[in-house]
Amino acid sequence: MSRPYHRPMPANWWLTNRAYFMFMIRELTSVFIAIYVVLILVLINRIAAGPDAYRAYLAFLATPGMLVFHIVALAAALFHSITWFNLAPKGLAVRVGERRVPDAVIVGSNFAAWIILSVLLAWIVL
Amino acid sequence: MKRSNEPIWWSLFAAGGVVAALFIPVLILLTGIAGPLGWTAQAFAYDRIAALAGHPLSRLFLFVVISLPLFHWAHRFRFTLVDLGLKGARNAIASACYGAAILGTAVAAFVLITL
Repeated sequence: MSRPYHRPMPANWWLTNRAYFMFMIRELTSVFIAIYVVLILVLINRIAAGPDAYRAYLAFLATPGMLVFHIVALAAALFHSITWFNLAPKGLAVRVGERRVPDAVIVGSNFAAWIILSVLLAWIVL
Repeated sequence: MKRSNEPIWWSLFAAGGVVAALFIPVLILLTGIAGPLGWTAQAFAYDRIAALAGHPLSRLFLFVVISLPLFHWAHRFRFTLVDLGLKGARNAIASACYGAAILGTAVAAFVLITL
């Protein structure tokens, strides 16, 4: 007897049911976030290049294609945030003395921190 | 048992996931939508934004918010590509992904230091 039989996995396994599909969508949100972060890097570089470069870049960001990208990226980022925070208690069990902190408290504090930090950042920038 | 680098990449992935979850949505709203569309009068005027971005704390924040999500993507994407069927190129994919994240981090450091 040689190797145990390994059933081949079809490449479209993630299209076979909704749970697998949503998993793949969740993983792919990281691509949109990475692209966005590169766009931020370009923005900083444009700031360093002076007012004209900066304004030209803002004009580029205002084109329909870029706006559509950012709306899709925002949806992806929100999906990442929500699924991430909901998983937080599974990733790290927090105990106070003997008792475990309930999941809802951990998830709730993550969401609260998210909202507070977002408002703070928006307030600083705007 | 063979020593693995996995914990390093996983830790960066986890940190990147937290940073991305907390800050990316609002940043997209600000730089991707509000700024280009000119939603708040003078908020995105050059002098103001340049001063804001140039502050040492801003530079540090921007570095973290660029670098860590790149490592988050790298770790997540390398496994996703394998899940999509590219099992054979497993090592090349891992090197390319982490390499890209390291490159992006280096570029971000350079841009932010010289800003």
